[in-house]
Amino acid sequence: MYWKETMRQMEDIGIGSLIIVALISIFMGAVAAVQFSYQLDGTLVPQYYIGYIVRDLAIIESAPTITCLVLAGKVGSNLAAELGTMRQKEHIDAMELMGVNTAAYLILPKLIAAVVMIPLLVTISAYVAIIGGYLATVPTGALSSDDYERGLRAFFQPRNVTMMYVKAVVFSFILTTVPIFQGYYVKGGNIELGKASTNAVVFSNILILLSDYLIAVLLTG
Amino acid sequence: MIRAENIIKLFGEQEVLKGVSMEFLPGKTNLIIGRSGAGKTVFLKILVGLMEPTDGKVWYDNVDFFSLNKKQVREIRLKVGMLFQGSALFDSMKVIENVRFPLDMFANMTLAEKNQRVDWCLERVGLNGAHEKYPSELSGGMQKRVGIARAIVMEPKYLFCDEPNSGLDPRTALLIDELIQDITYDYKMTTIINTHDMNSVMEIGDNIAYLHEGRLVWQGSKDQVLSSDNELLQGFIFASPFLQRLRAAALK
Repeated sequence: MYWKETMRQMEDIGIGSLIIVALISIFMGAVAAVQFSYQLDGTLVPQYYIGYIVRDLAIIESAPTITCLVLAGKVGSNLAAELGTMRQKEHIDAMELMGVNTAAYLILPKLIAAVVMIPLLVTISAYVAIIGGYLATVPTGALSSDDYERGLRAFFQPRNVTMMYVKAVVFSFILTTVPIFQGYYVKGGNIELGKASTNAVVFSNILILLSDYLIAVLLTG
Repeated sequence: MIRAENIIKLFGEQEVLKGVSMEFLPGKTNLIIGRSGAGKTVFLKILVGLMEPTDGKVWYDNVDFFSLNKKQVREIRLKVGMLFQGSALFDSMKVIENVRFPLDMFANMTLAEKNQRVDWCLERVGLNGAHEKYPSELSGGMQKRVGIARAIVMEPKYLFCDEPNSGLDPRTALLIDELIQDITYDYKMTTIINTHDMNSVMEIGDNIAYLHEGRLVWQGSKDQVLSSDNELLQGFIFASPFLQRLRAAALK
């Protein structure tokens, strides 16, 4: 097990994605809060439901799915391009000739780093989305702080958090293995490398959305 | 000693190697030459085990390489050094880290011992003081020398070089050739060089194998090249009118 390389990948994937994840999450929460505030305006549904909806939307869907779709673009294309370039520049051949197990040295650290760090990013994303919802409604006077907090505490189901982590782990596995496969086995020149990088993102996104549906069916049925 | 026995390689319907057999001797610079598309690179990749032949065997001393399990292959590979055509230096690592990489992976040594070994290798290839540079800061010739230093850091028994002179000026190419030859003689390595550089052929070719359309059509030393009457070989080595005149003058 190559711990040094694993730590480096954890930093790349985790710390390197923190800002983009936080930025997307704060806007996801803010937009959700503003939209639902608009939808619920004038209805009999209590206003504190906004906090409840933002919380569950963040935990069940936006934090794991949207974050992982974005990471499939950022991390996935990066992994495919990195491994593809290494293949083209004969770095992988050089390592194999030295007797290095390239699957253990190049692939496993990336996979472990992603499966450990992405659920942490998803957790941060859920918290930041909830903060985003708060910032979009409370300071603007759309909702009182007490109402938003009341909504956050209402109807909480711990199994939704379990679902979030199941999704996060499954999606992180997909968004790592698909690009790794595309990059590691790339053949040809720069055009093929570009295609591999694109395919990595497209196939990852499709598989993430498909597994999102399957997990939803399995865990809410 | 490395021996190839009746190597056949098919890519779909296309037969790239058509039963090539040859022997590469230790302590000698063994050159594989031939026109582009003759099958040199495929043959070299089969010899180092990066590609499997459709048929035939590769023997490392008395060991059939393609009958080995993964652990045994790794043991053989620890005795192999290779200089790649593009040097294949890891861009994100400094020169010292590139050369030390095989030691970091496999050697049971302290960091000081590893660095001492790296110092020795870099000195051997004439690159003292380049330790802290990145590959992108080096010239093509320097990158090749770092590649050679990395290839010899584990004291290999077998050294493979794929087009070591490609992209280099004639003077630097000559220096690289001499370096490879010196290392081969000093450490009695079995060195196999894939090249189409005619200077290399005439300077360091102890044992030259000429491949043409996937077949071995001539084998001999650099001293036998001039006097050979093999038309394919002469047409390849003395391709230009200038070289043909030079050969005629030399024969006189």
